[in-house]
Parts: sequence; structure tokens; C-alpha cells
Amino acid sequence: MHQLVTDLLNGNRRAAARMISHVENDDLIKRELLKELYPHTGKAYLIGITGAPGSGKSSLVDCLLQEMRNDGLKIGVIAVDPTSPFSGGAILGDRIRMQDHALDHNIFIRSMGTRGSLGGLSRSTREAIQVLDAFGKDIILIETVGVGQSEVDIVKTADTTVVVLTPAGGDSVQTIKAGIMEIADIFVINKADLPGTERTTTEINVMLDMKKEGGWRPPVVQTVSVQNKGINYLWESLQEHRIYMQESGTLENIRLERVKRELTDQVEFLLKNSVWNQVKEEIKLDRLVEEIARREKDPYSAASELLDKLNIFEQKAGEDG
Amino acid sequence: MNRRKIRVLVAKPGLDGHDRGARVIARALRDAGFEVIYTGLHQTPEQVAETALQEDVDVVGLSILSGAHMTLVPRIKKLLIDNGMGEVLMVVGGIIPGDDAEKLLKEGHAEQIFTPGDSLDRIIGYISSKF
Ligand SMILES: Nc1nc2c(ncn2[C@@H]2O[C@H](COP(=O)(O)OP(=O)(O)OP(=O)(O)O)[C@@H](O)[C@H]2O)c(=O)[nH]1
Ligand SMILES: [Mg+2]
Repeated sequence: MHQLVTDLLNGNRRAAARMISHVENDDLIKRELLKELYPHTGKAYLIGITGAPGSGKSSLVDCLLQEMRNDGLKIGVIAVDPTSPFSGGAILGDRIRMQDHALDHNIFIRSMGTRGSLGGLSRSTREAIQVLDAFGKDIILIETVGVGQSEVDIVKTADTTVVVLTPAGGDSVQTIKAGIMEIADIFVINKADLPGTERTTTEINVMLDMKKEGGWRPPVVQTVSVQNKGINYLWESLQEHRIYMQESGTLENIRLERVKRELTDQVEFLLKNSVWNQVKEEIKLDRLVEEIARREKDPYSAASELLDKLNIFEQKAGEDG
Repeated sequence: MNRRKIRVLVAKPGLDGHDRGARVIARALRDAGFEVIYTGLHQTPEQVAETALQEDVDVVGLSILSGAHMTLVPRIKKLLIDNGMGEVLMVVGGIIPGDDAEKLLKEGHAEQIFTPGDSLDRIIGYISSKF
């Protein structure tokens, strides 16, 4: 077993941190490490926190950490902030609100830049979750970027998704981004110290009641994270949703879906690698490209012919190409 | 810059009251392509070192205006070394008299020290040159 994996399984925090860097940087060693970690994953419960910029996601994570620690749980946090498309750099500032927990060894917080990914998480968030899961965290909290990008990633990634809203002020909830109603397992109206809280809460409840579906009905929880108010209700709701997910069999289903996606992704990854490695060795791609550009061939038949020449399906797809 | 992003922790240890300077540096580093982990005011040396560890940073940049640099900088460097992170580039910015700066550098508590006269370009240039 790789030393880093042994150290991580022994609770070494530096090893966990190094491992996340390896997956983020797509280092060569990454797949080897993840392979060895995999048998130790699947135990953590994954909670996603999403919502508009500045709605209070990080402050809520900070408060939730306290509740969860009171219950003796070990928690991992992955906080994603946007990478600048211009420089490739990022300011990862979610930690500011969580620094009271920095010295608690049962909490591990990691900030990540999106690094070009658009779904509100980073390309390697899934893998970083695997690392913290194998590291022995009971719960992993994932804070998505606040920007108005699509939040689809978090629903596919988390077991429970919390959508954080703030009192709409003069606006009506109708203006809330389409799509966000569908993804929430729990609604939080944070900044409930501000005017408009009751109205926003009512409007969301009305919208939820119009959707007459069986199953889980998302609760709407009011919080004031800067005063630590309502956090116990949020924590209760999270636990109730987890129980619902387990008892209804939904958890098992979505986790199977997730594994299926992981498998498909890996097959596609290996196939792609294997094909392109052979193409590089055996086929003069430049010449083919020129022929297509001159319209002597079309890309559709060229691609089929190209694959026919390779024997990828006969030989075992080499690991890592 | 390649796939591997250079990660920089910008921290304000000690008691000084504002972090305008640190925020300006953080933005400049982002614009130069670095991933900046920013932790806000009033960080203890222990918090700085533990954050550096969890975030697996390549650089720790400390902004110290309180005058406590002679205790804070060596303390943080020692904690980093204890964590197996002795190789992290330690850069300090602040109102630091020449004699103090010399001592910190000579004793290996920091790799480079910047004072208010130094331009942003110089600071960014220095850090970039190390990777
Ligand atoms: N009045 C009020 N302000 C709050 C409350 N919760 C958070 N804030 C403030 O809202 C601002 C943003 O809080 P964060 O927790 O950083 O919000 P966030 O959603 O994590 O922000 P991003 O990660 O930048 O999208 C801070 O200035 C908080 O002090 C609250 O309950 N009431
Ligand atoms: Mg945040």
C-alpha cells in the first residue's frame, strides 16, 4: 500500500491534505491512490450547501460544525470558490467564517477553486470527498460556489442538498432562479433578522404545497447564522432527511446511481486514453486532418475508419493508457 | 502556469485591526494566477500553521502591522516545521525595522520580508520567481 494511504488511514492530517492536492492537480499517482482508498469510502454522509453569493453558506457551515461536534461527529468541509477565468487564480475566502474550528482535529476544512468547472463544484470535488470519506469523517459538508451557475452538480454529489435563501426584501420569491426549487431537500431562510422573512417563508411554503408530490416535503427553516439562531432546527431537519433517505431506500438508489456514473466515467476515460495512445502511435493524424479540411474525406467516415484500424477492443485496456 | 496551481495562504496573525493591505495582496496574487486562501483577521500562530497544513499551501504570506513580528514569525515557522512543512516559502509583509528583518532572515524564520515601500509587482514577482 502506498505510504500516503497508510498514513491517511492512520489519521494523519498532512497525508489527507497531500492526497487532496494530488487529485486536484491530476498527478500521475492519483488513480493509484484513489484505487487504494476506495474500499475505505462510502461511509460518510454528504451534505451540500448551495445558494446565492453572500447568502450565508459559510456562516451556516460554521454553525453546523458546532452542532455536529456537540453530537461527537467528525466532519470534513469542502468549500468551493470560483476560479478567475482570466488569470486562473482564485481567492478562497470561505474559511474566514470557519476559523474558530481550525484547531479542532476532528474537523478538516479544505478550500477548492472551481478551476474551469461550471456546475458549482470543482472538477475534483468528488475525489476530494473520497479522500475525506476514507479519512474517517462521518459527515462531509460541501459548500458550492455562490455564483449564478447551474447547481446541478451538487444534487448529483450530495445525499442531502440545502438551498440557502435570504428574505427577498421587496422582491417576490417568484424571481428566485428557476431550478432551485427542484433541487432543495431543505430550504433555509438565512438572515431571518432582516425584514421580509415571514413573507418569503410563506411564499416558498405555498410554492411547495402546489407541487403535490408524495415523498419528502422540504421544510423551510429560518436561521440567523450570525447569532446562531435556528441552527438546531436545521440540524434536526438534516437528520430527519437522512432518516427519510435511508428508510425510503432513496439513499441506496442515488448511491447506486453515483457508482454507476463513476464506473461509466472510468470506462470512458480508459477508452479515450487507449484510443488516443494508439492513434498517436499508428496513425498520421495530421494527414487525415488535412484530407478532411480539403473535403476529400468527411470527419464522420474518417472517425469510423480510424477506429476500425485500431484493435482496442481485442486487447485489455491498459491501466492509465 | 501549468496544471499545478501554486497555493498561497494569506494570513493576518496578531491583533492589528484592519486587513486592507492583506486583501490587496490577495487580489494581486489571484490576478497573477495563484490560489489564495484567505483567513481574515486575528489568527493565532496555531491557526495559521494548521490552516497551512489542511490547505497544503506552497507559500505562507503573513501581514503583520502590530509590531509583534519577532515573536509571531519564528513561532509560525516552528509550527510549520513541526508539521513537516519546513519547505513552505515564508514571506512576511509589514512595518518591520531593518535590523529585525535581517535577524528573521538570517535565522531562517522567513525567506523574504517586504515593507510598505515595496511595490505589489515586486512582491508578486518574488513569489512567482520561486515556482
Ligand atoms: N444580517 C445577517 N447577516 C448575515 C447572516 N448570516 C451571514 N450574514 C452576513 O452575510 C455575509 C456573507 O456571509 P457568508 O457566510 O460569507 O456567505 P456565503 O454564502 O458563504 O458567501 P459566498 O461564499 O461569498 O457566496 C457576511 O457579511 C455575514 O456576516 C445573518 O443571519 N444575518
Ligand atoms: Mg462562503
